[in-house]
Amino acid sequence: MSDSSLDNLPKGWKSVPNDLGSDQTAFKGVQWGKAMMWIFLLSDTFIFSCFLISYMKGRASTVVDWPNTSHVFSLDFMGVPVPLLLIAIMTFVLITSSGTMALAVKYGYEKNRKMCGHLILATAIGGLIFVGMQAFEWSKLIHEGVRPWSNPFGAGQFGSYFFMITGFHGTHVSIGVIFLFIFARKVYRGDFDKGRRGFFTTMKSDYVSIEILGLYWHFVDLVWVFIFAFFYLW
Amino acid sequence: MNENTELDKNKEKPAQTHKIGIYLWIWGLLFVLSFFSYMVDWYQFQGILRWSLILFFMFLKAGLIMAFFMHLFWERYTLVNVLLWPMTAIACFVGLMVAEAKYTFFSRLIYFVLGG
Repeated sequence: MSDSSLDNLPKGWKSVPNDLGSDQTAFKGVQWGKAMMWIFLLSDTFIFSCFLISYMKGRASTVVDWPNTSHVFSLDFMGVPVPLLLIAIMTFVLITSSGTMALAVKYGYEKNRKMCGHLILATAIGGLIFVGMQAFEWSKLIHEGVRPWSNPFGAGQFGSYFFMITGFHGTHVSIGVIFLFIFARKVYRGDFDKGRRGFFTTMKSDYVSIEILGLYWHFVDLVWVFIFAFFYLW
Repeated sequence: MNENTELDKNKEKPAQTHKIGIYLWIWGLLFVLSFFSYMVDWYQFQGILRWSLILFFMFLKAGLIMAFFMHLFWERYTLVNVLLWPMTAIACFVGLMVAEAKYTFFSRLIYFVLGG
C-alpha cells in the first residue's frame, strides 16, 4: 500500500529507471514479503502457462475429435442436462471467495480484527466448497470412464490434460485453504494487532501478511479464469 | 534525511486503504462477466464469435482481478513492469507452439489418416 515517503520520488514512467537504479530497494514501498510473493506468482504463472500451452498443442495436433466439453461437463438438474452447470457454480464460488478476500485485506489494513477474521474464514469456506465440487467432478468423470490415457468421449489426450491442469489448480486451492484457516486463527487471536512473532520468524506480525495471502488467493482465482476459458469453454 | 527513520515513522500510521465501493463494483463486474462467458456456451456460439467472446471476457476478468483485487493499479510502475513484461515470453511460446501443433497435425494426417 502507499507510503508517504514515496511522495518525493518520481512518478509514472520516470519512476522505473529511478527505482531500478536506486540504492538498496528496487520495489519502493513494497514490503519484501509482498515482492517475494509476486515473484513466486510470476514463476507459478509460467508453470500454469506451460500446462495450458501443452494442452493447446495437444488439442490442436490430434486427428481425433476433441470431446465436447459442454456435454462431458453437463449435470442433470431436475432431469434436464444443463451444460457446464457445476463448472459455472464453481466459478461463482471462487469469485465470491476472491471478493471476500479483497475485503478482508481492506479490513485488515483498517485494523478491524473481527471483520477481517470473519472474511478470511468465509474465503476459506468458499475454497473448501470449491475443492469439494472438484472432487465430485473428478469422481463423476472417473465413473464415466475418463482416464489419463483414454476416455469414451473422444481424443485420448483429454483425460491427461484434464487431470493434470485441474489437479494442479485444485492443489493450489487446497494449500490456500490451509493457509486461510491458519491466518484466520492468527487474526482472531490478535497476532497482527499485538505484533506477535510468527512460528518461522522472529519478525513481528503485520497486517501486510493478509495482503500477501490475498495475492496468492486472487492468483488462484486468476488461473481459474484462464482454465475456465480455455479448457471448459473453448 | 535517514531513510530508515522516515520509514519507521510511517509504519505507525495505518496504511491508506481504498473505499469499499471499488471492491464491490469489481466484485459485481466479475459476476456479470462470468455470467456472460457462461452464456457464450449456453447459446452455443460457434467459430470466431465464440473464441473472440471467450478471450474478451477472460482478459477483462483477469485484468480486473490483477488491477484492483491484487492492487496492481495502485502499485509503482517498477513492480508492474517486472510482472507484465515476462508475459511477452509466454506469448512468444504460444506462437511457437501453434506452429509446432500445425506441423504435428499435418504429419499425423499424412501418416495416420492418409497412410503415408
